[in-house]
Amino acid sequence: MDSDPKGDELRVGVFICDCGLNIAGTVDTQAVTDYAATLPDVVCAIRNRYTCADPGQNEIKKAIAAHRLNRVVVASCTPLQHEPTFRTCVAEAGLNRYLMEMANLREQCSWVHPGDLEGATRKAKDLVAGAVARARQLHPHDELTVPVTKRALVIGGGIAGMETAIQLGDAGHQVVLVEKEASIGGIMAQLDKTYPTMDCSI
Amino acid sequence: MDPEACTACAECAKVCPVVKPDEYQMGLSSRKAIYIPYPQAVPCSYILNMEDCLGTNPIACGKCTEVCEPDCINYDDHDRIVTRDVGAVIVAIGADVYDPTEMDEYGYTRFDNVITSMEFERLICAGGPTLGHFVRPGDQERPKRIGFIQCVGSRNPAIGRPYCSNICCMNTIKDTLLLADHYPDVECTVFYQDIRAVGKSFEDMFQRSKEAGTRYIRGLPGDIEENPENGNLTLIAENTTSGQIERHEFDMVILSVGVGPPKDLAKVSSLLTLSKTSDGFFMESHPKLKPVDAPTRGVFFAGFCESPKDIKDSVCQAGAAASRAVALLNAGEVHIEAITSVIDADACKKCGVCASVCPYSAITWKKGEVAVVIDAACAGCGNCGAACKFDAITMRHFTDAQYTAQIRAILAEDPQDKVFVFACNWCSYSGADMAGISRMHYPVSNRVVRTMCSARVSEEMVLEAFRCGAPIVLVSGCHYADCHYISANRQTVQRVQRLWNKLEKAGVRPQRLQLEWISAAEGAKFAKVMAQMEELRKTVTMEEIEQAKAALKPKPKKPKKEKEPAAVAG
Repeated sequence: MDSDPKGDELRVGVFICDCGLNIAGTVDTQAVTDYAATLPDVVCAIRNRYTCADPGQNEIKKAIAAHRLNRVVVASCTPLQHEPTFRTCVAEAGLNRYLMEMANLREQCSWVHPGDLEGATRKAKDLVAGAVARARQLHPHDELTVPVTKRALVIGGGIAGMETAIQLGDAGHQVVLVEKEASIGGIMAQLDKTYPTMDCSI
Repeated sequence: MDPEACTACAECAKVCPVVKPDEYQMGLSSRKAIYIPYPQAVPCSYILNMEDCLGTNPIACGKCTEVCEPDCINYDDHDRIVTRDVGAVIVAIGADVYDPTEMDEYGYTRFDNVITSMEFERLICAGGPTLGHFVRPGDQERPKRIGFIQCVGSRNPAIGRPYCSNICCMNTIKDTLLLADHYPDVECTVFYQDIRAVGKSFEDMFQRSKEAGTRYIRGLPGDIEENPENGNLTLIAENTTSGQIERHEFDMVILSVGVGPPKDLAKVSSLLTLSKTSDGFFMESHPKLKPVDAPTRGVFFAGFCESPKDIKDSVCQAGAAASRAVALLNAGEVHIEAITSVIDADACKKCGVCASVCPYSAITWKKGEVAVVIDAACAGCGNCGAACKFDAITMRHFTDAQYTAQIRAILAEDPQDKVFVFACNWCSYSGADMAGISRMHYPVSNRVVRTMCSARVSEEMVLEAFRCGAPIVLVSGCHYADCHYISANRQTVQRVQRLWNKLEKAGVRPQRLQLEWISAAEGAKFAKVMAQMEELRKTVTMEEIEQAKAALKPKPKKPKKEKEPAAVAG
């Protein structure tokens, strides 16, 4: 699903998250929002209390339609946590997943600079400026789909490996179990009684 | 041995003349060269250890083949490589039990009646070398006064094992209950740092152990003495509750040994491009939200190799890993992130450098031909993109143009106040997140830009940051031998080395470009490095910044035609 920006006109929407007080307690998010509105091609800058929650996501979707946004910047937490969330959000509003960019104002700004409102706000502005600059260069992409071979490999035949193999087998999947010793059982097979039930290990 | 044909009749072992220590019994009894690991082994088959076997050449032994009725012994059998395609991998390679030889203050190698908790298991077991009659190895007498020493190989930073092994407290409590059950006259004493009985019905077991007469003394012994006359042992310990130095005599001492990462961990780790945490166990995707997923997609962890845990927790985690794998297998297909490398055939000068640096062999190239990327094999590290001197490679979603724009925007105002950081997605960027999650504070001067791998950081990207006025540029990535992209960060080192030479030639202090390895678990290291970078930044003068901007100006060349090709539909 590609939704190429119409013509060459870039229309960037920036969404600044308070994350309750997680970000807003250290960063002047209103100042960052006002600053974001002045950046090139930014047509709307909106501050949310929690951008990842439904009301925040709905605001992104509404703004995409209302402002005909073709690039979205979410300035909130680490992309390692919420990039999939916001990619899905913009895709649901008809935008390609790869036209969304994040600025990490929480893990790498507010949480590590408490008490420094001025410094943290200045840093947050830079991170948003960087994200907007990058967003203006983003292109839509389709993902490659590859089939998954319906067979699992379990490395290790101790209690964890054996149990995993049994459960995968119960779920109807073929399992290849690899064990370096001559017998499965692992360390547990060498134990006499095991806690807390005091019954035999094998 | 043919495990299908073997009936486990044991005739072969009876005639085998070789005698070796039995590993299953912790060396407390012997086995033959042909043997079954233990009676309940699966598969239930004898095995022939060819390293122990006298063989048939040059001296023909062959006694076992003579008596083997089903004819299942084949001296010429050999290891075979079996190939299977799989869609998910569960890593459950377990742990290695700590060998207390190095902690000889407890006399494990010197005194017969000092044993480990694993040896205890065999000595108390009905299937063990003494058929469950608990005796001292020194004189086969039944011990009455037994001392347990906890945390041997655990919670001990001095030997590189700072973590708690999780299972030893409860295992010792279990041992004391077993002894009290088998031999009511036995007296157990446990020397400990803390008793960690956290788990369903664990506290109840601890209380029962105390009620059964077990004495718990808070304080680990500092020394052990043996009475050579009778093999008895005296432990000298500071009882930290009373503050007194105490001497206690025992018939036997059991070292409650910890458990550590298995020695095969590095091998499996490099095969599947996994990482480990500072304690040496495998690192999961997220400590709370993705506890059984490896950062490598399709790989999951179960059991001890992820962190120390007992049987119940191993079973729980095995179920979680199976469930995660089933979700993947049932989906039937996966989407590959559109971050792969794309080669512009017109711009390609057919030099083959990209193919030579690709850690996945995802680029095919023949002399005189344009290089071609295999999309499904490309992991998107960006190493080839940074290595191509002709701008013929575009990394989708991580293009040169995107980085240039980002660098310029971040350094647009007051660049002299900023430390510019490139951080790799898997380690250093995650390490920076870890610093945040752990609320570690560091100077506000840094500005981090994420790359998938530190090998994506091209010379141009670093130079651009200096041209924009950055006083300090830091390139950070996974630890050298632990690159998420197999070996890609070897190229990072070479590239940074070349840049140092280049900076020196241009009269720019090479120290202004820094290289650091920070893993995803090292939030504290990230914070420390940021503080160091800030100190370094303060040493850079405005004159130096201006000189670098002028000296590193790009040579005039034709404007670059970079067009990020849209992805091919899947």
